[in-house]
Amino acid sequence: MLGEGILKGLAETARNFFGSYFSAERLTTVEYPEQRIAPFEAARTFPFLVYDGADWQAGLRCVSCQICEKECPPKCIFIEKSKDKKPDALGKPQFYPVRFEIDISVCMSCQICVEVCPFEAIKMNTEFELSTDDRFGGLLLNREQLAKSNQYYHQIHATEAAEVDARLAAEKAKFDAKAKGAADATVAKAASAAAARAGEGA
Amino acid sequence: MSLVFYLLAALTVAGGLAAMLLKNTVHCALALTVAFAGLALLYLDLDAQFAGFAQLLVYVGAVAILVVFAILLTKGSETPKDGVFSHTWLAGLAVAAAVFAVLAWSILQSVSRLPQAAKAPTVTVQQIGVALISRYVLPLEIVAVLLTVALIGAVIVAMHEKEGGAQ
Amino acid sequence: MIETADQIFVLLLHWLVSFLPASWQPVASAVLCAAVIVCLFPALFALTVWLERKGLGRMQNRLGPNRVGPFGLLQPIADGIKSLTKEDIVPFSADAAVHFLAPIVLVVTVFMGFAVLPMGRNMVLVDLDAGLLFYFAMGASTELAVFMAGWSSRNKYSLLGAMRAVAQMISYEVVLLLSSVVVVMITGSLSLTRIVEAQSHYSWGLPHWYIFTPWGLAGFVMYAIAATAETNRSPFDLPEGESELVAGYHTEYSGFKFALFFLGEYVAMFSISGLGTTLFLGGWSAPFSFLTWVPSWIWFFSKLMLSIFVFIWLRGTLPRLRQDQLMNFAWKFVLPMCLLNLLVTGLWRFLGDGWLRWVICSAILLLAYAGIALGEQRRKHIGPRSYRYAE
Repeated sequence: MLGEGILKGLAETARNFFGSYFSAERLTTVEYPEQRIAPFEAARTFPFLVYDGADWQAGLRCVSCQICEKECPPKCIFIEKSKDKKPDALGKPQFYPVRFEIDISVCMSCQICVEVCPFEAIKMNTEFELSTDDRFGGLLLNREQLAKSNQYYHQIHATEAAEVDARLAAEKAKFDAKAKGAADATVAKAASAAAARAGEGA
Repeated sequence: MSLVFYLLAALTVAGGLAAMLLKNTVHCALALTVAFAGLALLYLDLDAQFAGFAQLLVYVGAVAILVVFAILLTKGSETPKDGVFSHTWLAGLAVAAAVFAVLAWSILQSVSRLPQAAKAPTVTVQQIGVALISRYVLPLEIVAVLLTVALIGAVIVAMHEKEGGAQ
Repeated sequence: MIETADQIFVLLLHWLVSFLPASWQPVASAVLCAAVIVCLFPALFALTVWLERKGLGRMQNRLGPNRVGPFGLLQPIADGIKSLTKEDIVPFSADAAVHFLAPIVLVVTVFMGFAVLPMGRNMVLVDLDAGLLFYFAMGASTELAVFMAGWSSRNKYSLLGAMRAVAQMISYEVVLLLSSVVVVMITGSLSLTRIVEAQSHYSWGLPHWYIFTPWGLAGFVMYAIAATAETNRSPFDLPEGESELVAGYHTEYSGFKFALFFLGEYVAMFSISGLGTTLFLGGWSAPFSFLTWVPSWIWFFSKLMLSIFVFIWLRGTLPRLRQDQLMNFAWKFVLPMCLLNLLVTGLWRFLGDGWLRWVICSAILLLAYAGIALGEQRRKHIGPRSYRYAE
């Protein structure tokens, strides 16, 4: 019938109008910044550096291999390697970054640095309220600003962090087992050498 | 001859003069509209309500728009670069003065023959309606036929142009 | 007591004017009434702007403005301050005199329409015998202002918008007049006060409003369509739609002049709703005979705000009509129905009282509507789409 579409449309908008006072599905506004939507787990904005433990300088996972600096497409990572070595989580002495800066006005959030890091040291953050009025250095985040704890990583990307932690624990276990096996082997070798020496002596 | 009459007369005459003297054709059309409005107000001053409002509705609402469209669709809308008054202003003024003189003479001659200070009868819309249907029905029908012919003619002219353009 | 509440503004006016000498009283009374109208309707305009933004927002599943003042009530004031403090830019090649006069002419002619609307019992500024004709004369002058605005901007697109707006307004003016003529036919007078008085009788508690008759309902629907088109409201807002010719004929206006155009459009909406209320909805009369104790001006303004809400509702629902669709609609559908309505009204008048005239008139109108609807459907071949691919 002619005009039926108009009447149906009018009914729908009336339903919208009255429904918006009662049901949330007919009023989808989230009044930022008083109300916020929780960020999704797969959200990403800019990178950050993960550190284990309480002290960010001692527990920083980054060993300054500079792979992320080379792979970054817009070249927004600036790393300066240290001259000395520090022991890492596994106990091995490693280099550490004296200067690690990311220019987030250039970063395009492509996540390539995360994909190529062999040490699970750099991950993607979800924080977006980063505006500043310092035009010339405010968007150049340095080492201290980039370092966030592993607990924070668990908070923002729970499954990813759990998976990374499992992998790192497995590696540590393998390393420990290998070290223990090497230690057992040396102990066994020393014991058999001592037994051989005792046998020869007797 | 009250103050209101003089003011309205001044407005109408100014509108008419401007319509004749200005160079920009669209300004002339707008000044003519002011003259029409002035006439309508004069009718209202004489208590002829229907005539006044019909004048506004028809002349200002339709004829003025028609005139303006006609000017726009032809070359008359090109704006002159200099001057406010058209360069034939003297001739126009002379013609206007001559016509005014003739009309004024004829009106003054006839007024002296009429009885003085006869109060004009107030004509209501109902009386106009009754007169149109009873006494003046033939002119009404002829005017209606004329308007229909004009409408059909306009449609045919427009259609014909479109067909010609398409070919 | 009820009488006092109903006539409170009239009594207030008489009391205020009684302080002046007798020879000045008519002029003073007229000036005071005009001043009240000029202050009241822009205030209502501010309220309507707020209502529209909130209402449209709710219809579109979002909140309207809610930051400026509680529930965003001070938003119109913020908008007003913004308009007044913006730089007034006049294009270099624009026709300065006409450019300046266009919004003034628009606002003046729009406000003149209120002079004949009866806003309550005995509350009409000028009780003219040909009140309806006066109203339409003022409406016709509005088109001239639109044209002046578009032409003086010396901008192709403004001119195009103005031409479209004028064409639309002229087409729908015919519809507006014809759908109002049926009311005049039945009432027998062009005076708006007489029209309202003829509707303020009750039978079995129900009012005699013209909308409750077949020809009145058809007339009201066509009047509403024509009113929406006359004031360039959605869905007929092609001349001023923001996604079309920027802003159509008022593209080149900024600051206070744009605010005047905006004001003019909304006040025209009030004025035409007021006329529709007077002609079809019974003006200041109450809907039921047991509600006549409520003051008459409350009824008038309630019906006015209801019409405004319907305008806002239509705006939130319907997509914009294209220029040729709009004109086709006016000349090929609404105008024939209007002429048929005239015939039906004549039949109504001469069939005399009784149920027969209701049946016959409703039947004629419904058959015509259904007939046109079927004709349109058959012509359009509405069915599943068929595609033809290039070889």
